[in-house]
Amino acid sequence: MPWNFNSTTPIYIQIIEHIKMSVAVGDYRAGDKLLSVRELAAEAEVNPNTMQKALSELEREGLLYTQRTSGRFITEDKEVIASLREQLAAEHLNAFLKKMNRLGYSPDEAVELLGRYISETGSERGGK
Amino acid sequence: MLIECRNLNKNFGSKTALKDVSLNVESGKIIGLLGPNGSGKTTLIKILSGILTPSSGDALISGKPIGIETKKIVSYLPERTYLNEWMSVRQAVSFFSDFYSDFSSETAYDMLERLNINPAERLKTMSKGTREKVQLILVMSRKAELYLLDEPIGGVDPAARDYILKTILGNYSENASVVISTHLISDIEHVLDDVIFIKYGSVTLHSSVDEIREQHGKSVDALFREVFAC
Repeated sequence: MPWNFNSTTPIYIQIIEHIKMSVAVGDYRAGDKLLSVRELAAEAEVNPNTMQKALSELEREGLLYTQRTSGRFITEDKEVIASLREQLAAEHLNAFLKKMNRLGYSPDEAVELLGRYISETGSERGGK
Repeated sequence: MLIECRNLNKNFGSKTALKDVSLNVESGKIIGLLGPNGSGKTTLIKILSGILTPSSGDALISGKPIGIETKKIVSYLPERTYLNEWMSVRQAVSFFSDFYSDFSSETAYDMLERLNINPAERLKTMSKGTREKVQLILVMSRKAELYLLDEPIGGVDPAARDYILKTILGNYSENASVVISTHLISDIEHVLDDVIFIKYGSVTLHSSVDEIREQHGKSVDALFREVFAC
């Protein structure tokens, strides 16, 4: 995934979200080694301090771990990754329901609309 | 602390260029010095590089008063060219290499090649933008503790601008800091740690880019336009 940053949210938060998404969609797999802070910063064209801040935060959350001599890795705990996926899905659902609410649909109506939409547009939109 | 300024004032005759500027900058940071034209950015940079002396107040770099000792650790890119036009790029490189013990010719030739600049060419025959690139390469090829870059990206095209920012990011070491003065904020915002807003010779804001985005929900560029609206 390319790095794209919006101009209103702090960049380290956007980096955190970007890496979480990369893990959730499987671009990074459990146990994968990350590039060094400098390399990642150069790739994203951000300041190394900003990249460091984002990685430290992800480490604190348990998604990354550091091995003193060999670098930084994605967690090997599959449950952490599974719950990350759920968490991201929950965020999308929440945003979806909020928008539907603004359009005047109750959650039940939104679910019904979604069901109808999926059956009308067929299965080609289904997940992987 | 890498830079310490205490109550700096600078007057040119009856004109006040800097008014009671106090600020501290730590090592390992990239700092944007932002302000409209005539706000005192260049004056502050010139004081830190030892070209101007303050009318009153103190400035220290790495704890030392500004002078020969600080010039050894400060690499300064002026806003105007100061290299002799008759020189070729190669001559300018060896000039720098004679002058500064922390200068790496290898780094310089490496960057020149990346930007397709012919070392045999004379500065005189170059476009303004290319000459600016050469100067920035020379300045960034020193292993300094503080880089003071006065408008480093003003005259170059956007593609070269990106390369130059990458160069700045790649070449400063963890215990060095880079101060960049510019008004092209949106181009450099993503590489900055901190920003300093300067207005009529006074520092009006010194904050991290993340804090600005968190507190104001807007980019530094947008905040700048708000603060300095005409």
